Amino acid sequence: MRDIWGMIGRRLLLGLLTLFVISVVIFGATELLPGDLARELLGQSATEETLAALRDQLGLNDPAPLRYWHWLTGAIQGDFGVSMATKKPIADLVGARLGNTLFLALYAAALSVPLSLALGVMAALWRNSVFDRASNALALTSISFPEFFVAYILVLWLAQSGLFPSMVRITPATTFGDRLYMAFLPALTLTLVVTAHMMRMTRAAIINLLASPYIEMARLKGMSPLRVVLRHAVPNALAPIINVVALNLAYLITGVVVVEVVFVYPGLGQLMVDAVTNRDIAVVQAIALIFAAAYVLLNLIADVLSTVTNPRLMHRR
Amino acid sequence: MTVLIALLVGLALFFATGLAARVALQAGAPAPLKPLFRDMPLTAAFGLAVILFYILVAILAPVLAPFSEHEVLGGQYLPWEAPHYLGTDKLGRDMLTRLIYGARNTVGIAFATTVLAFVVGSILGIWAAVTGGWIDQALSRFVDALMAIPALILSLLLLTIFGTSVLTLILVIAAVDATRVYRLARSVAQGIVVMDYIEAARLRGEGMWRLIRREILPNAMAPLVAEFGLRFCFVFLAISALSFLGLGIKPPTADWGSMVRENATLITFGDITPLLPAGAIALLTVAVNFVVDWQLHRASGLKE
Repeated sequence: MRDIWGMIGRRLLLGLLTLFVISVVIFGATELLPGDLARELLGQSATEETLAALRDQLGLNDPAPLRYWHWLTGAIQGDFGVSMATKKPIADLVGARLGNTLFLALYAAALSVPLSLALGVMAALWRNSVFDRASNALALTSISFPEFFVAYILVLWLAQSGLFPSMVRITPATTFGDRLYMAFLPALTLTLVVTAHMMRMTRAAIINLLASPYIEMARLKGMSPLRVVLRHAVPNALAPIINVVALNLAYLITGVVVVEVVFVYPGLGQLMVDAVTNRDIAVVQAIALIFAAAYVLLNLIADVLSTVTNPRLMHRR
Repeated sequence: MTVLIALLVGLALFFATGLAARVALQAGAPAPLKPLFRDMPLTAAFGLAVILFYILVAILAPVLAPFSEHEVLGGQYLPWEAPHYLGTDKLGRDMLTRLIYGARNTVGIAFATTVLAFVVGSILGIWAAVTGGWIDQALSRFVDALMAIPALILSLLLLTIFGTSVLTLILVIAAVDATRVYRLARSVAQGIVVMDYIEAARLRGEGMWRLIRREILPNAMAPLVAEFGLRFCFVFLAISALSFLGLGIKPPTADWGSMVRENATLITFGDITPLLPAGAIALLTVAVNFVVDWQLHRASGLKE
């Protein structure tokens, strides 16, 4: 057990280091501009006074490391500064929307993970059958579809007939059941986009193991194919499966941006797109940091879980 | 019911195109290439046919298009009737014309971006692998830091800073994707650099550029070509997504992503016109994926 905690501790430190580097990149990106941010934002016709005022407001007169320090310590305490476009504190803008986006991502994960694992096991069980070939072609196809294409097909098919709403209006008063109902189409879109890849990788991970001697042994004992796969192959295939699940959940984080815009879902992605349009750099930095942190966290969890499921990885010589 | 019929028609078209393309390619190919096309799966034949079709449309756009790209021709959102066979868009421009020009603009920009990402990424990657030492370390750690941020998020951040125009779009996406190409090129080149013939070439006194061009690139070509196809798909989808979000290619340039965005309201009335540009994007990506899949399968020598 001590090994596990030690390993988790080390991974956590590594994750924090990654996050630190990411925050430097996100903050430092503004330093790439040839001129300064104030001129870039206000355009060439801005007068010296307005430029000076904006520089003062953004704190651009301080040296970069000092500004970074203020930004980082603020961000850790949940204070991301003030949005330039709306003049509101960014924490207020982000707060409610973060919950909505998390809800959507979790919803999509809850639909897609069991679905893709079940389909992957089925494809491995009936490999080279019509089902397997069809699922392969479908997987390649759905990976190639842009999210908005899938989304609009679903709108045309399911929202046109009035089954589900094509726009999501969530207020704090919305009940959980209503939320599930209203967010069904966005969640289904995300599910369709990520399921194919997870399913293919699950199938590949299981099939890789099927040539092993212990699988042959289990077969020779007279076990049913389903039992062989579930009892002997899946536990050993867990590490790669967990990794690919984490990878796709991380993909969900960026996938929500487009899907939220299609369904007018009040989440972080929508806020980020608006902020990019208005060049509201402080908001974009804050959201980028949140998304990147979630990405790092997911990879960290996957790392730990896949190590825990494989005893051999824990006792390295 | 209509969904089922559409699905069946789609499948029939897919088989017909695939079979026709396979027969045509076998008949038309020069003798040394014939065995290559004989064992080609139907999906790959279909993919090749679609890619050729897109290239033709992109090149011949001014000849094929019935109207001009930016011309406002009449009422907005006209139905599918002659002379506007696919109706008109929000501003009354001919949909079919804009779809055809979109092949030129969207695919052209995506292709240019991919080439740029590839040239930068693979040269830097191979250079880092050949040089080694602190240059390799510095470049690789820098790329690692960039890759720790999801691609779309990083592109959005860079677009905020540099503003949204076609040129910045190309540069930003190319920069983001070059990091991925760099990773692959470096790892492929690292396997080659330790070979004896590289050592021999070095002792012979070959310079860095010649070493990369004559010794390493030819041997790293196969994985890089497959990666080019996959990378093109990612770039193409990224550019379409950004244009769809209103942050990429700007009107009045005909572009598939922004065409979906502009006409999306029609969907809620049950009109499928906005799905056409989205479908055009999807079809090309599927086609490229099919061909890449076939090439990867051939290169790995796998027989399932």
